[in-house]
Amino acid sequence: MLADQDRIFQNLYGQDDWRLDGARRRGIWDNTKALLERGRDKLVEEIKESGLRGRGGAGFPTGVKWSFMPPEDRRDGRPHYLVVNADESEPGTCKDREILRYDPHTLVEGCLVAGFAMGANAAYIYIRGEFFSEASNLSLAIEEAYEAGLIGKDACGSGWPFDVYLHRGAGAYICGEETALLESLEGKKGQPRLKPPFPAACGLYGCPTTVNNVETIAVAPTILRRGASWFSSFGRENNTGTKIFSISGHVNNPCNVEEEMSIPLKELIDKHAGGVRGGWDNLQAVIPGGSSTPCLSKNICDDILMDFDSLREQSTGLGTAAVIVMDKSTDIVEAIARLSHFYRHESCGQCTPCREGMGWVYRVMQRLVTGDAEIDEIDMLWELTKQIEGHTICALADGGVWPVQGLIRHFRPELERRIIARKTAAGEPAPAAAAAAE
Amino acid sequence: MSDIDSFKFSDAGRTRCDEIIARYPDGRQQSAVIPLLDLAQRECGGWLPTAALEHVAECLGMAKIRVLEVASFYSMFNLEPVGKNFIQLCRTTPCWLRGSDDLRDVAKEVTGCALGQTSDDGVFTVVEVECLGACCNAPMVQINDEYYEDLTAENFRKVLEAFKRGETPESGSQAGRSGSAPTDGLTSLTGMGAD
Repeated sequence: MLADQDRIFQNLYGQDDWRLDGARRRGIWDNTKALLERGRDKLVEEIKESGLRGRGGAGFPTGVKWSFMPPEDRRDGRPHYLVVNADESEPGTCKDREILRYDPHTLVEGCLVAGFAMGANAAYIYIRGEFFSEASNLSLAIEEAYEAGLIGKDACGSGWPFDVYLHRGAGAYICGEETALLESLEGKKGQPRLKPPFPAACGLYGCPTTVNNVETIAVAPTILRRGASWFSSFGRENNTGTKIFSISGHVNNPCNVEEEMSIPLKELIDKHAGGVRGGWDNLQAVIPGGSSTPCLSKNICDDILMDFDSLREQSTGLGTAAVIVMDKSTDIVEAIARLSHFYRHESCGQCTPCREGMGWVYRVMQRLVTGDAEIDEIDMLWELTKQIEGHTICALADGGVWPVQGLIRHFRPELERRIIARKTAAGEPAPAAAAAAE
Repeated sequence: MSDIDSFKFSDAGRTRCDEIIARYPDGRQQSAVIPLLDLAQRECGGWLPTAALEHVAECLGMAKIRVLEVASFYSMFNLEPVGKNFIQLCRTTPCWLRGSDDLRDVAKEVTGCALGQTSDDGVFTVVEVECLGACCNAPMVQINDEYYEDLTAENFRKVLEAFKRGETPESGSQAGRSGSAPTDGLTSLTGMGAD
């Protein structure tokens, strides 16, 4: 288990003072100037070496992403921007919220350090509109940082001018997609842009831009202070570091907790969340990384490790590391159908496979809940999800069909059982259960 | 459809608008459309009449249709009047697993509103919404700007009854825990908060 002194977020539960004095006591803003004095390239190198991968879901190597920004000798006069994605909306995920309200200075300091490392003089933090009190804490933290000279015309006395602006959204899951977020920040509907061009070439206001998740930015200063080798000593190769896990659903003590990457799922749930309600054997399924990641059945949960590679081997993903636990009392079909409802509601409507497909998937899912379907519709649904996947501008539709694929992959017998039971009750001849999908 | 004939920001609102617009580069004032619509909605009692959309368009030099496009895209903008207390029940899987259906029943019983309805006295509007991002404190609801978390049928009833009496009960966890710390005692950061 991760030792307390190796946890980056020392105020995850808000027991200590979240304001500047408290933050300084916890080591935040400790000689930040010295970090900047190392220079852009060294900072990017150190983050690359640490193995940090984006904490917003996709897991792209952070240092590599930063290195896509034009270097000093190739600047063309356009400003560079850091945009922080604080539009936390993936069902199951509630980790950034704790950083925003209880440790906002980790983020503000991270903005300066990351912004400097990519040659940016301004950061926009896009926070979901519903996070009202979180935005209010963060806004105060930004004010404090300006007043203390930590950011502003001469940030931390480094000679680097740096501004941090807070921008509240207004309720749209799609704005968590980086180019939809940029559209929204420019005052438009949040509809994703076609890529390329990628934001590093043409992002906010047509300028070089990097969009990073809150947690990714907030961990950067600590990694730079304690060193890449410290961070990469946790977790497995290619899956390094510490990570905040959000554990929700049918556990005795739902909680957020910062742990070592690659921790076994069972250990995570047993040690921090008080175990599965009714005991481990009462487990039915786990969604391991937020609603978009396909669920896993109990036998896989028994020994799976919580990291990018291990979960990918099981055709799912670490995503945002939001673990949604479902015990045996759960109507698993309804649980997934609710997610289909979510994606139908959140589709921005730009791409036909998503706009029409999310509704189609949800309507079939509704019938599968009651068994009002034919067995071969399960195969049709599988095929439908495969037709949607990869055929849209952004990944919302992929995320919308993956949970359904997970359901069919692991719980097809339950879907068939419901169809047969309904037909039997109606006096119709029972169809034979079909072979497994795939 | 209800409407208000004219709308202009209050003086304080106008000052706030200028502060908001100053956050964006010159010529990029359209970036302020969401914050200005939010401000206008607050000044209009929780919703956006057409006159407010038009005024925001004027403030930012935007075509009215572009402002309507934004206002109708984002779920936090109400284009119809809502009650004094706007109750948003989270219905997504993490809340549902922990009993959000029970909260819906309690909301109906105490407020008299079915989903999507406003009570006759204008005190409550009840809607169901998608994930509000507080899943480790599920089930939860948002009432006006605040989150009420770790709800049960019993404590949610108390919260709603307080609103009914015109009070504003304390937001956050209704089970008395700090943030999303594990209820049965800390498993990490055990030394924090001691000093």
